[in-house]
Amino acid sequence: MKAQSKKETNKAGLWLRIRRNWGLYLMLLPALILLFLFSYRPMYGVLISFKEYKAAKGILGSAWADPWFKYFKKFFDSFQFGTTIKNTLIITVYGLLVFPVPIILALGINQMRDGRYRKIFQTITYMPHFISTVVMVGLITLLLSPGSGVFGAICNALGFEAPNLMGSAGAFKHLYVWTDVWQHAGWDSIIFLAALAGVDPSLYEAATVDGATALQKIRHVDIPMLMPTAVIMLIMRMGNLMNLGFEKVYLMQNDLNLSSSEVISTYVYKIGVINTQYSYSAAINLFSTIVNFVLLITVNEISKRLSENSLW
Amino acid sequence: MAAIAATKKVKKSGADKAFQFMLYLLSIALLILVVYPLYFVVIASFSDPSAVASGQVWLWPKEFTLDGYEEILKHSEIWIGYRNTILYTVAGTIFAMIVNIFAAYALSRKDLVGRRFLMLLFIFTMFFNGGLIPTFLTVKDFHLYNTYAVMIVPFAVSTYNIIVARTFFETTIPEELNDAAKIDGCGNLRYFFKIVVPLSKAILAVIGLWTAVGLWNSYFNALIYLKDADKYPLQLILRNILITSNMQMSFGSGEAMQIAIRLSNLMRYSVIIVSTLPIMCFYPFVQKYFNQGVMIGAVKG
Repeated sequence: MKAQSKKETNKAGLWLRIRRNWGLYLMLLPALILLFLFSYRPMYGVLISFKEYKAAKGILGSAWADPWFKYFKKFFDSFQFGTTIKNTLIITVYGLLVFPVPIILALGINQMRDGRYRKIFQTITYMPHFISTVVMVGLITLLLSPGSGVFGAICNALGFEAPNLMGSAGAFKHLYVWTDVWQHAGWDSIIFLAALAGVDPSLYEAATVDGATALQKIRHVDIPMLMPTAVIMLIMRMGNLMNLGFEKVYLMQNDLNLSSSEVISTYVYKIGVINTQYSYSAAINLFSTIVNFVLLITVNEISKRLSENSLW
Repeated sequence: MAAIAATKKVKKSGADKAFQFMLYLLSIALLILVVYPLYFVVIASFSDPSAVASGQVWLWPKEFTLDGYEEILKHSEIWIGYRNTILYTVAGTIFAMIVNIFAAYALSRKDLVGRRFLMLLFIFTMFFNGGLIPTFLTVKDFHLYNTYAVMIVPFAVSTYNIIVARTFFETTIPEELNDAAKIDGCGNLRYFFKIVVPLSKAILAVIGLWTAVGLWNSYFNALIYLKDADKYPLQLILRNILITSNMQMSFGSGEAMQIAIRLSNLMRYSVIIVSTLPIMCFYPFVQKYFNQGVMIGAVKG
């Protein structure tokens, strides 16, 4: 009896607490509506990857695919399966290998003694981050064009004919990753600089008293300080191994480099939007999303066990 | 003893000096690596395209010309794109700010019932989504395909920005302030506008700028959800000029074609300048806000 009445007053209390904060729920409403309409409703739409989707019949009305995994099997059996996955992984893993660049940059910036120079250096190295992907790829194309670009001119000056890098399947991954480094390494270093700003100055003083050189201070004070941030960033990147962004790859793609530049996201776009094979495209997409999701959870779990760093 | 300490000190400062010297040398090399391509685009846009092609343009423009910029003036689609981008950026930023900042504030309040679950609803979308085609079909179902609204409304929610703003509110607005306001009979909405907003100008600036730059630079949504060229944002027009048209230069013949190719190359340099200049001019003044934003975000990755 007593417990029940207590429960009831709790219930009333809960209702009161909700009602008292009605303004907060009102503030949350627009975001929640958009989230349901444009994030969660499409999640229900993934059903079409198990169906023979016909626009006229709608998602529920369309017949089930026979067998239900027909489009997944179609992808696994297609020759594009190996190519797109291989290309996606090559580029993302390559991207992981250059992961230390922003860290090294941050360590260097942190050592700059002249405040004004440091500021100028940061302003300039952050700048390319604000160039749009379209302009960035346009820039690469222009500068590397063998006929009219600065790269062609350099090669001619050195006495050999410039290779067509944009049209080379072998060069694609290098071009993609290193132009990314050029564009974003400066900006990505900010987060590590923030971690370095939190170093207790007495650690440096103690190291100085012990006669540590600048490099030793970096090795024994700065780097351990950066580890937690670095691990978190790595987990995020690993969880996105199969999730290579569409925008830059698609722009850099052409008939000549297609064999190494066709990745999952561009293939999903072509099958779905251009060829309008909706169910097939949705199936490929769902497959890669699930692989990503599993990857992220696995990597996060491993990291939790090994280093106590975790996303959640 | 003192002598040993002294020599140790000399040795150490010698090593440190060498280190500093190397640091400056390397950092200057890096600066050149970052700046030169950008600088080259600027001088190439003012130079005769044949001089650029033959590698004579290095440090300053050769055979100064404004042809590239004159060519841009003739392309009306660039200006339509400009107008559309300004519209999408201004309207999109205002809309996204209202949606995200409101949500972030509500989620930052510890007395919000269901806070953890609601937060999870947002975070889940960071790791799982319906994918391109289901989203595309949803947009079509709501008759938003090929409308101005599709560039502003559907994808305004940014979980990342919500997390950053929420962290800011949680860490900088003391709870006692709200308790005091409650006693004075000040409701949540009035409290938010009168007290919280004035205290949060920094985070509002950061998120507003992030959103604006993102909208200015993106082309993906336009590529998927727009059909009419007169609704295209600048980036999609740029894509046609900078990248797609590269492969379609097959009209005319002989000399006429040569001239056309040169002019189009020149125009590409100029169009990069014209489209990127607004952000580049704006950026140094607001840089400190961007940095702050990343730092706040870093508190809770």
